This record gives sequence, C-alpha cells and structure tokens, in this order.
Amino acid sequence: MTLKSVFAGFGGQGVLMMGYLLALTSMRRGKNVTYLPAYGAEVRGGTANCTVVVSDEEIASPVASNPDIAVVMNNPSLMKFSNLVRSGGTLLVNSSLVETKIGRADLNVVPVPVSDLAHELGEDRSANVVMMGAFVAVTGLLDLDAFKEALAETNLGKKPKVLELNRKALEVGAAAARRALGKE
Amino acid sequence: MTKRLMRGSHVLGEAAVRAGCRFYFGYPITPQNEVPEYMSARLLEVGGTFVQAESEVASINMVMGASMAGARVMTTSSSPGISLKQEGISYLAGLELPAVIANMMRGGPGLGNIAPAQGDYFQATRGGGHGDYRCIVLAPASCQELCDLTFRAFDLADKYRNPVMILGDGMMGQMMEPVEFPEAIDPASLPVKDWILTGAAGRPQRTILSLLLDPKVLEAHNYKLTRKYDAITRAEQDWETYLCEDARLVVVAFGTAARIAKGAIKRVREMGIKVGLFRPKTLWPFPYQPLGELARATRHLLAFEMNSGQMVEDVRLAAEGQGEVHFYGRPGGVIPTPDEVAHQISHYYYGAGLDQAAAVARRA
Repeated sequence: MTLKSVFAGFGGQGVLMMGYLLALTSMRRGKNVTYLPAYGAEVRGGTANCTVVVSDEEIASPVASNPDIAVVMNNPSLMKFSNLVRSGGTLLVNSSLVETKIGRADLNVVPVPVSDLAHELGEDRSANVVMMGAFVAVTGLLDLDAFKEALAETNLGKKPKVLELNRKALEVGAAAARRALGKE
Repeated sequence: MTKRLMRGSHVLGEAAVRAGCRFYFGYPITPQNEVPEYMSARLLEVGGTFVQAESEVASINMVMGASMAGARVMTTSSSPGISLKQEGISYLAGLELPAVIANMMRGGPGLGNIAPAQGDYFQATRGGGHGDYRCIVLAPASCQELCDLTFRAFDLADKYRNPVMILGDGMMGQMMEPVEFPEAIDPASLPVKDWILTGAAGRPQRTILSLLLDPKVLEAHNYKLTRKYDAITRAEQDWETYLCEDARLVVVAFGTAARIAKGAIKRVREMGIKVGLFRPKTLWPFPYQPLGELARATRHLLAFEMNSGQMVEDVRLAAEGQGEVHFYGRPGGVIPTPDEVAHQISHYYYGAGLDQAAAVARRA
C-alpha cells in the first residue's frame, strides 16, 4: 500500500497541519511516511500546500508526480492540483469555498462543505480537522481512532477542550464524507 | 526507541547536540532558519552556547575559536551564506581544526532563490576557499541518514582534525520523516585532544597557526595535509547501490535528487527497464572505484543532478572512458518529479538499444 496525498489551500487554513497530522498518525501506526511542505516566500492568505506519502514499503521519492488524492481547500488550489491527480484518483473538495465543476471525468470528486461544518461546530478554524475526518472516510487509510489519538500529540490537542472539539470535528467530517459517497 | 517525526533542519540540530556539539554559531538564511531556531532553545537545555553572530564571516571565526579550545562545534547556512564562510573554512583546513558545517543548498548563483538545488557541489568538493585543501563532504538523502551522518561528521572531524561539510538542500531541511536518534554522547566522555589551546599553565606552550612564511615549511605542511587526505580517501568512501545487479543502465545521483531518481527507477522497473542507482554518500572522497566497476560492467551511466552538471565530472573520472556518461539536470531550484526522470531514463535506455539482448551481449 502506498498513498500519495497533496493538501492545498490558503495559508492560515491549516493545510500544513493536515499533512502533518496524516504523517504523524501513519507513523504511529507503523507506516513509513514522508511529509514535504512547499515552502517559499509564503504569506498568510497566500497559497500553501504539502505532499504526504504513506506506505508499507520504503518510500523512494517524497515528491509525487501524480498524487492519488488532492485535498483542495480553496479555488486557486483546485486549478493548480486538479490536473496533477492521477487518472482514477480522488479530489476531495471543500465545497463551502470551492467550485465543484471539474473539467475531468476520470476523477472521483468528493465535495464536503467543511468550512460550513466547522462553523456549525462553533469553531471556524477546525475546518482542516473536519476535512481530515472526510479524508479518513474517503481513503479508508487507518481508522478515525488512530487520528483521534495522534491529535493529542499536536497543537490541535494541547488543551482538553480543543482536543475534544477536534475529535468531534473528525467525526463530523467522516460522516459528511460518507453521506457524499452515498454510504449513509 | 520511539520514532519522532521531525523536519530535516531540526533533525540536524538534535543529532548535533546528541553527538556532543555544545557550540553553535550562525547567521539566519532561508531555507535553514529552523536550525538556529532549534539550536537556540536546545543548547540552552544542555548548558551549551548559541550565538546569532553579526554575519556569516563572524560566525565561522567563532567556530574556529571554539574548535581551538577543543569543543565540538557547528555552523549552518545556505548557499550565499556558505560562500561568505569560505575564507574561514580554508583557515580551518589549514589549521587542522575539526568543525561541522552544514549547507542546505538553495538556487544560485548570486542571491538566487530559496528553492532546493544542488549547485554547490563544486564549491563543497573542490575546496570553495583558497589553497590546497579538502573538506570531507557528506550527502544525506533522508532524515534518518541526516541524523546518522551528523554523528559521523563530528567523529570524522575529530578523527582527522578536518572540517566536515554536510551537503543537504532546502528540501532536506524542510522535509519531515520519522527518525530514531542514537543515545546522546556526553562531551566529557570524549577523548581529550592533546593539541587544543586551554592555557599553558603547567605544560609546554602550544601554537596553532596557518601563517607559514617559509615555503619549505608550508610545503611540508601541505604534504602532511595531502597524506591525511590520502588516508581519508582510502578509509572513508561510502555509497549505496540500488537494483544494480542486473542493471544495463545506472543512474548516479546524490541527496534529494537520488530520492527522486529512486522513485523514477521503481516506476520504470515495472515496465521491465533494467536500471539501477548508484548514490554516493561521501561526495569527497568520491567513491570512484566502485562506480568505475559499475561503469565497466554496464557501460551506460546517467548522472542526474539538481544543477546544470557538476557531479557528472566525477562520474566521468570514475568511468575512465569505460562506457558512456550522460547527464540530466534541473538547475535554479526547480524540483524535478520522478515521472520526469523516468522519461529521461526510458528515452536513453531505448535510444541506446539497451532493451535488445543482442546489444547487451555484444558489450560482454
């Protein structure tokens, strides 16, 4: 099993944290991982992205030519990454902010309104964690409990109240993705 | 031991501290600012000294002083900053002072950009500063290897009384991978150096200087250094081979480029293309002999670098005319993809007829 993911969005949406959470959780569950942030003269409100590779085997390249899944949090990222995903791959889209008309028929497009769901949870900043819940449901990579455990090791779980909120956010995201996939 | 998920720059800092480094002097530059950031906090915990110097030139001279006093000491920077340190590195070599210098390379020449590149290969392996000297140059390709080679860098520096350079790039500094750190070394447990300047009370005076005005004296010093470099060349070459046993073409790449090349090789192997990878882990001393043997066996080498062609010159020296040496590179901080390199491999492989058994048989 090898899964190559790209996370992209505005700086400030917690895009790098999503990739970090995935890499950390997968490492804790015995997987090989690489986490590669795009860096540059980045600013808040600009675009940010990172590439995470999770595998049972040794990971050759941390750079993904054609990722299996792109997680898109804003419109500029959709344009940039929808063309990169491999044929038959998945586009997981924050449909609260992103147009979901995609010019490719060979992708599995999963729209989840994570910004709206985060707002309903009472914490707009948790949109990235809601999206991670959706990511787990869509990819079937590990289980939600693994992510809930790993949250405690990150800034997303330093305080008990924040940890509780983010664990709830994971569940909300997973449920929304299952609805979008027609599994519920 | 539990694994930790850390970015390369932090791995470098943690490994240095565990290897007994208690002095860090540096000046900020992207993409390696996370090293001084980490060291500023970490050295405080172990009673070490962190100084953000007023310039790169100042920091390398502080390294010189700490080394003379016997400490394990490190400085880090990225390409333009490493250029500024070259005078000091030449002095370290001339004075035979151990020190570890890490270069997280970025795009150049000039101010260039802050993206990962490998354009400082010549600078690192050919001296960089003035005079007749060599730095040991180590090229890690993963965060774990960065940790392991940082330990080795401090040991080699002390063993040979020579500056050691860790040559990474911006990607290596920013990338996160799981790392298991070895047990920390207590600097007090390291062998006492019998040449350091610690005050001459109760013992004969020692001097450390690189000004040797009499040409005969300097010549003797140069030959002494040469004998040391010869000993390093014999003892310290290190490399990795990957799928070379049946390879009809061998890609030669180091550091980040080698990771990308490995991805490309995995890809084309699925198509039945018989290609392997030779990855030098020591860029100086360069493993000429093992690569030369591969050149004689396969007759086809493809050097791949994130620059416009530097290590390829060492690949040609290793091949000694025994086979063809080709080159593919992306300079300027562009990150090539495995797919792109796979295209280069297959283009060359089929172009040279390496899929034809007859062509391979003729070669033998």
